[in-house]
Amino acid sequence: MFTYCEDPSALDTARWLSCYLTTGVHMRFYASFGTVLLLLAITAPVALAFGFLGAMASRSQLFPIRMIGKSYTSMVRGIPDIAFFLFFVIALDQALEWLRHQALCPDWTEPIRQGANFLVCADAKLPLSTAPQTVHEIYNFFLAIFTFAIVFGAFAANVLYGAMMAVPREQMETAEAYGMTRSQAFWRVMVPQMWIYALPGLSNLWMILIKATPLLFLLGVEDIVYWARELGGSKTPQFTDYPHPDWRLWYFLFLLVFYLLMTKASEVVLKRLTMRLSHGQATMGGEAMRRA
Amino acid sequence: MKKILLGAAALAFSATMAAAGSHSVVRMGTEGAYPPYNFINDKGEVDGFERELGDELCARAELTCEWVTNDWDSIIPNLTSGNYDTIIAGMSITSERDEVIDFTQNYIPPASSAYAATSADADVMGGVIAAQTNTIQSGYVAESGAALLEFATPDETVAAVRSGEADAVFADKDFLAPIVEADASMVWAGEDVQLGGGVGMGLRETDGELKAKFNAAIDSMKADGTLNSLLVKWFGDGIATY
Repeated sequence: MFTYCEDPSALDTARWLSCYLTTGVHMRFYASFGTVLLLLAITAPVALAFGFLGAMASRSQLFPIRMIGKSYTSMVRGIPDIAFFLFFVIALDQALEWLRHQALCPDWTEPIRQGANFLVCADAKLPLSTAPQTVHEIYNFFLAIFTFAIVFGAFAANVLYGAMMAVPREQMETAEAYGMTRSQAFWRVMVPQMWIYALPGLSNLWMILIKATPLLFLLGVEDIVYWARELGGSKTPQFTDYPHPDWRLWYFLFLLVFYLLMTKASEVVLKRLTMRLSHGQATMGGEAMRRA
Repeated sequence: MKKILLGAAALAFSATMAAAGSHSVVRMGTEGAYPPYNFINDKGEVDGFERELGDELCARAELTCEWVTNDWDSIIPNLTSGNYDTIIAGMSITSERDEVIDFTQNYIPPASSAYAATSADADVMGGVIAAQTNTIQSGYVAESGAALLEFATPDETVAAVRSGEADAVFADKDFLAPIVEADASMVWAGEDVQLGGGVGMGLRETDGELKAKFNAAIDSMKADGTLNSLLVKWFGDGIATY
């Protein structure tokens, strides 16, 4: 990066560090923070949407829809995340490839499953093996978002279902007395009021989601924990200009600071959100604000 | 949901477009954590003996190759499910692996595995020995009577010895050599052991054509001596050559 980085072994500590921390691998480490933040930014709303749909389905008056909602929340919540990530992602990937295979290669005669191999024709590969590495990475990233959203959506569905149930019955009764239909009462009375009940549960989920990102490496997406371990491991002088002993402690300490800052920032935002949502609510928090 | 499906469809479409202009690409899967075989260099690229060898093999076989890193634990399942086309990651040819995948002929002759410890009289037969999961070395330790301590990455096995968690680490001698050389506190312990049938490139059992191409390329590198000079360049004069 800097011109004086030609021969790092001759540099003093400060300059050595400035060179060391700006190498190509470190840039990839910093970029992985962006990957993680982007993942969180996309996953959170998508998971919330999944949760909302799941909760709506669970309260549906139609039995089949209710069953779908209930089984989604209880099944997905019961499966360990890591098993879900290993099984579901591979299954999803193979399902997509199988569909493309059926559509694109009708003349293919060989079986798709050959022992441990899952072989579709070259045109049906997803992404195509000829595609550049970035396309593969983006594809894996979206698989990761989808999987995270399904897992966390199931938890969110349960939280939101509980929150819907927690809205005081009198509120709904009043809505009915005004002659609102079921859906009007749901959208105009229940939904605006339920968030305050859902917030503690949702904030827990958000915190767990922040810490769940190392699961990304199972999908080949290199996240911050992967890079911290890779960079912190001891480096012998033959293979790098910057040999160093085992520095994983420092790298993980850096991650600790990052996660604590994320937690702090989340707490500030969630506190404000709680204040806002408590306004005019028939809860203790809402009452306290009214008297003040 | 709809957005994601649309996104996936858009991706699939763009992937198709990208493919239209280029020739077939062979994706080379490696671990990137096992110097001097393969590692990530300061620039963040795959480097090492196998990088140089793989690029040369691809040039000779007239293939376009792309490098992919994958952690060791899932390196075979990801090959069979088609995420990449070859494993070129210091993988020893063994009969167990050969049942699941195919190997080219070896490009590193059968080599020794060795114990490295903080003292030369470490108890390698009865002590705690660190080895990487799913390697021939971990299999050997499990049968030797020593307590096996497994780690996911090679670096962690060495770190376990330095921290005193394990009495010794058992790995390919060529991987441990630079570490023992650079670190005065690490020494060889016990006797070297001959394991495996050399290092070869792993391929799916159905990819006979690709296997033939790589075998021919390895043959030509063995014949004109370039493979030997590459071995000496990365592993030093002591390496067994062809």
